[in-house]
Amino acid sequence: MGSDLTRYLRVEKLPHIWCAGCGHGIVTQAIVRAIDELGLDPVKVTIVSGIGCSSRAPGYMNFDTLHTTHGRAIAFATGVKLARPELKVIVITGDGDAAAIGGNHLIHAARRNIDLTVICYNNTVYGMTSGQYSPVTPLGSFASTAPYGMVERPFDLCELVMGAGGTFVARSTTYHARHLTNVIKQAIQHKGFSFVDAFSQCPTYFGRRNNMRDALAMLNWYKENAVSRDDWAKIPPTQRGSKFPIGVFKDEEAPEYCESYRKVIEKAMKEGDAK
Amino acid sequence: MAESRSRLYQGNEACVEGAIAAGMRFFAGYPITPSTEIAELCSVRLPQVGGTFIQMEDEIASMAAVCGASLAGLKAMTATSGPGFSLKQENIGFAAEAEIPCVIVNVQRVGPSTGMPTSPAQGDLMQARWGRHGDQEIVALSPAYVEEVYSLTVEAFNISEELRTPVILLMDEVVGHLREKVTLPKPGDLVIKDRKKPAPGSRYLPYAPGEGEDGDIPPLGVFGDGFRFHVTGLTHGPEGFPTNSPNVGEPQIKRINSKISSRREKLCKAEELFTEEADVLVVSFGCSARSAKKAVKDLRAMGVKVGLLRLITVWPFPEHLIQRIAARQLKAVVVPEMNLGQLAREVRRCLDGRAPVIGVNRVAGKLIEPADIIRAVQEVR
Repeated sequence: MGSDLTRYLRVEKLPHIWCAGCGHGIVTQAIVRAIDELGLDPVKVTIVSGIGCSSRAPGYMNFDTLHTTHGRAIAFATGVKLARPELKVIVITGDGDAAAIGGNHLIHAARRNIDLTVICYNNTVYGMTSGQYSPVTPLGSFASTAPYGMVERPFDLCELVMGAGGTFVARSTTYHARHLTNVIKQAIQHKGFSFVDAFSQCPTYFGRRNNMRDALAMLNWYKENAVSRDDWAKIPPTQRGSKFPIGVFKDEEAPEYCESYRKVIEKAMKEGDAK
Repeated sequence: MAESRSRLYQGNEACVEGAIAAGMRFFAGYPITPSTEIAELCSVRLPQVGGTFIQMEDEIASMAAVCGASLAGLKAMTATSGPGFSLKQENIGFAAEAEIPCVIVNVQRVGPSTGMPTSPAQGDLMQARWGRHGDQEIVALSPAYVEEVYSLTVEAFNISEELRTPVILLMDEVVGHLREKVTLPKPGDLVIKDRKKPAPGSRYLPYAPGEGEDGDIPPLGVFGDGFRFHVTGLTHGPEGFPTNSPNVGEPQIKRINSKISSRREKLCKAEELFTEEADVLVVSFGCSARSAKKAVKDLRAMGVKVGLLRLITVWPFPEHLIQRIAARQLKAVVVPEMNLGQLAREVRRCLDGRAPVIGVNRVAGKLIEPADIIRAVQEVR
């Protein structure tokens, strides 16, 4: 028996604004389930989001919640975390929010290794504005602004964050909901910058343009194409096709920014006293 | 012997010391001339008082981090100049809409665009007022002296805390880089205001106006204190949640405007010199007002009936002061400013044809000299 997750939700704000079949409810559930299983004090959890479908999630979540401007959630969250390092600060973002307009904040927060948990609801499309391509839309797939097929090469967000210095990086999908909950738990527990690339289906604006007419078709696509990190390594690159790896790709310790800055304060205050 | 309270400060240094005295404990910034000394000094001074400095990856992020830190309970500031001020505008608008107290320093330089980074200008007067999309009143203070930079930085924090709103400190390169004597206030003489907080354990409606004086400014909770409230840039109701209802949205938008416009007379500070016996009025602000003051004094010595209105609060606009002075017959109003007539346009609006408005303008870094203003006043007569 799981515990009653509704206490983590603002049930009076439901129903949510997401389309039928959207995966974002599954990711949101995975987050509150992770918070519940970790036994976190909800008062000490702050959730920050940007703009887009994903970023509406905090409005339904019963914590201190901050719905900011497009792309800037991580920068707002940096201010919250530095002002009150004892808070668990979770950023909910989307692929457009995190990797296009907010890409600079993503890489620099990863570089600093500040103790934020960023969960990217990755549906490979701008859903809120009805289906334009994003920096992760797969090559050749269709979007409202890629009517002849996507010609830009996509980001692999996990590789991007690892390259930028993030110390915990994982991917899962809404099909693998239990696995998703587990990686989010690990991400929240990790001391340092943690990133979860949560694939979340958008049948309305991505699936329908790409031969996956409903949520089931998209979830089946995740089921058939997601492979564990270890299995992925065994597939020769030329044979990977549409397959993609899930799991924890990086889990390392490194000095965390707030702790490092705490030492700066101690040093500056001590030197001030000595004068 | 008591420690001297006199300091020789650079304007940017006075800003940092004033901010720390006002209770600033968070600064996020990005290097940009001619404001960079503010960030550099914050990086030294803030950790000494237990505060936090961070150099963010860009101007936008700095403004965002300031909003986040303020919601987590710290008095927060950022500093920039023209191009950075443009970049920060969206998140300044967020702070206005979400009613987040914070201070934004803009040490003005020549524009448009990259302009002349090391040269003074006052071309951001209108950007300070209108730089964001949508309707919002803003408070902007503009110091002309280094000592005033100190006191107005304190005042900027006080207003931001009391009115739950972003406040702009509109400096310029002259005032930012000038070194002048500052006499620090005695301990206890400085008035420090802190935001109203909701009562612990109460049902908190972060955007619900209350009763009585200042009831139009709701208290602001601190993230992590147990209120579990929602903050959004979407138009919202009293609970803080988004609304598409005009009946809910309109009072919210009107309130964030009226909380400032209704306090115009209280907020507007100005220095007046001979205004009650002037035939010609000079209206100016910031660095240009230094020359204006000298010009007015020289003209008085020559027997010319000229007065000075030096705006300290530039937004909300002190139209009541201009209208009061213009109640007597003025031959003209002369407006020296380092832009092509932004203040003059506003003065003209307030005068509504009662007196001609004559601009004295420079835009490429060369200061307006007292002689320029004296000439303009003499031409009126």
